Amino acid sequence: MSEISSEDRLAMRDSFARLLAAQAGEKALRETMASPHGFDENLWQSMAEIGLLGLIVDPEYGGIGGDAQILEDLMEEAGAHLLCSPFLSTAVMAASLISASSDEILKTALLSSICDGTKIFAVAATGENGLWTNEDISVEAHKQGDEWILDGSASFVLHVEKADHLLVFARADGGLRVFLADPATDAVDVQKLATNDPTLRLSKLIFSGANARPLADVDEAAIETALELAKLAQAGEQAGGVKRIFDITVEYLRTRYQFGRQIGSYQSLKHIAADMLIEVESAASAARHAARMLATESPEAKTFVSLAAFACADAYRDVSAQAIQLHGGIAYTWEHPAHLYWRRARTGLWLFGSSDQHREAYLTSLEAA
Amino acid sequence: MSDIETYRKNAATWLESVVQTYGKAARKGLSESEDLALGRRYQNAKFEAGYAGINWPTEYGGQGLSHIEKVTFESEEMKHGFPSGYFGISLGMPVPILMQFGPDQEFAKERVLKALKGEEIWCQLFSEPAGGSDLAGLRTKAEPDGNGWKINGQKLWTSWAQYSDYGVIVVRTDPNVPKHKGLTYFWVDMKAPGVDVRPIKLAGGDSHVNEVFFDDVKISDDHRMSPVGGGFAVAMATLMIERYVATDSAGFGPHLELFIDLAKAIEINGKPAIADGRIRQQIARNYAMRSGLNAITARAMLMMKAGMTPGPEGSLNKLVSVRSRQKLSELAIDLQGSEGFAYDDHAQQKDNWTSSWINAPTGRIAGGADEMLLNTIAEKILGLPQDHRPDKGIAFNQIPA
Repeated sequence: MSEISSEDRLAMRDSFARLLAAQAGEKALRETMASPHGFDENLWQSMAEIGLLGLIVDPEYGGIGGDAQILEDLMEEAGAHLLCSPFLSTAVMAASLISASSDEILKTALLSSICDGTKIFAVAATGENGLWTNEDISVEAHKQGDEWILDGSASFVLHVEKADHLLVFARADGGLRVFLADPATDAVDVQKLATNDPTLRLSKLIFSGANARPLADVDEAAIETALELAKLAQAGEQAGGVKRIFDITVEYLRTRYQFGRQIGSYQSLKHIAADMLIEVESAASAARHAARMLATESPEAKTFVSLAAFACADAYRDVSAQAIQLHGGIAYTWEHPAHLYWRRARTGLWLFGSSDQHREAYLTSLEAA
Repeated sequence: MSDIETYRKNAATWLESVVQTYGKAARKGLSESEDLALGRRYQNAKFEAGYAGINWPTEYGGQGLSHIEKVTFESEEMKHGFPSGYFGISLGMPVPILMQFGPDQEFAKERVLKALKGEEIWCQLFSEPAGGSDLAGLRTKAEPDGNGWKINGQKLWTSWAQYSDYGVIVVRTDPNVPKHKGLTYFWVDMKAPGVDVRPIKLAGGDSHVNEVFFDDVKISDDHRMSPVGGGFAVAMATLMIERYVATDSAGFGPHLELFIDLAKAIEINGKPAIADGRIRQQIARNYAMRSGLNAITARAMLMMKAGMTPGPEGSLNKLVSVRSRQKLSELAIDLQGSEGFAYDDHAQQKDNWTSSWINAPTGRIAGGADEMLLNTIAEKILGLPQDHRPDKGIAFNQIPA
């Protein structure tokens, strides 16, 4: 359980919201998404200064020891602003994986570099098919003398552009392990992937005998924990994003006049908006409940993370598409933010697994329960 | 073979013969200006071959045939991805209206011929920021100025205005009467001083629509194409022409066969997607929907043949086909999983699911939003009463906004 009080949690969310309003508003977002690295280094430093990058890192290692609930809270803010940043890979996945290591010296060094914002991590977690399952991992680790080397490819890796370190899920000795590797060597070929979501960067990595160092005791259980946390974080991000595009839409329904009436006075649009609200609220409830279950280490946590993963992804898809339809042409211009939410919603429909996969996992765990 | 089948066969043969020069493959990698130049040559080739202005009078350079031949040709033409889009609006609405309502017929004949050959392009200046679904709510005004008029205001969503030589425009000439009664219809020279065209980048990445600003644009009264205050009727006549445009039961997205190919190639839980119940259901539904729409189109053709005007049932076509295209495209990219994420800027919406998905919202908004079409169906076909209209019967400048 987290030591952070609910007042502190609110204060943290509030300071993040203020930071995002000041440095990651729509103008900044558009500059950032068009920039070569796809994130704002100044904002990253500001996030480090208020402790966000060490959010889930134990205080012993320089973090603030936050739990899944505070993470979910903050991800809602990030989602509302369509934050372009390696937060998910560095401060969530990498922080979670490294925290599981038993190598105290390495752990201390790496975690403090995450907390103070000096190092960025990219996590190579899935293979060519982008299924985010253990079976889909295709990087192989071999021992050459005392050294480990990696071969094979990983795809859909977030924000490699400015990453200082890679954490690579690889097959070794018949199981899965996580390796620390350097993205800047010739043995790692980074290929940029074309995407229809300009708010993030994706790459494919090809390892050809790349030197790597295993994270001691970071096993399949640690991988699962990190992926669960990533799914929860994404669900929170989606819950925040869907709420924001919904609010923008309702405001338009109130202020746009056609035929001498506010368009929101037409029953057909009013009903669509009411249905959208149900989706928006369900998404937030699902994400927050899953966060509570994870934070309290409930045996049902995995079940509710799966539920949140598909509920939030599907709500985001439906509501962001309806948002464009309710606005009409104006929301289909590049200048309007609606399509950015709509594109981000599409990304979330397969990043860390598809809605169908999450639904299956949900059903399976219900049967087991 | 019936006459129309012979016509179709000949048209198909001609189209096949020019596909290499102007078709999809020839357009690949061209810049927009190169593509437009190719489009102009293609339009001229159509003119030379007798496939331009198919249903227009011969004295204007047309072929003097009926709507049926026109729609037949278009349905064959759309199979090949020719660069005909630049002329779609121009030859579709403004130029026929010029033929019908142009005050100076000598001038009209000259323009029509140049438009048919692809040398000149016309745009249609209707929608505005305040007048989208509510066309008659438009605010651009024309005030008397000497013997002519002076136009001020802003139009929005004007397709191909950036390449247009001329345009037809509806403006408000009297704000003191109910909104439909204070409109007048003119043509304008798009190169005239005070006309400022600014392309709008759309969410899909392209910029075929524009904002057009009018700042003290002066025109003489011989540009007027309707009685003063009688512009709405001509605007409606312009939109009526759409009933004679070829429809596409694929909603201008990929054909169903492409989806079936995809479903055969992709696996769900180790089995081909084509064997999955949910996928089969979607395919069956789409098949049924598309054949239903084709039957409606066939019926409209028969009505035209009998000399009747097709009814508002035509609005079903766009409504149903584009909505289902959007759903099918989503399903296709869901099936492709992370692969559907890869995006190719040059992909065409007729043969790429991601491109079809990303462009589908325009189909559900432009040329009458779904919600407006549903109203049309409910009110015009079913005869249900209109919604409360606070703007009805009151002077335009008294309408709440």
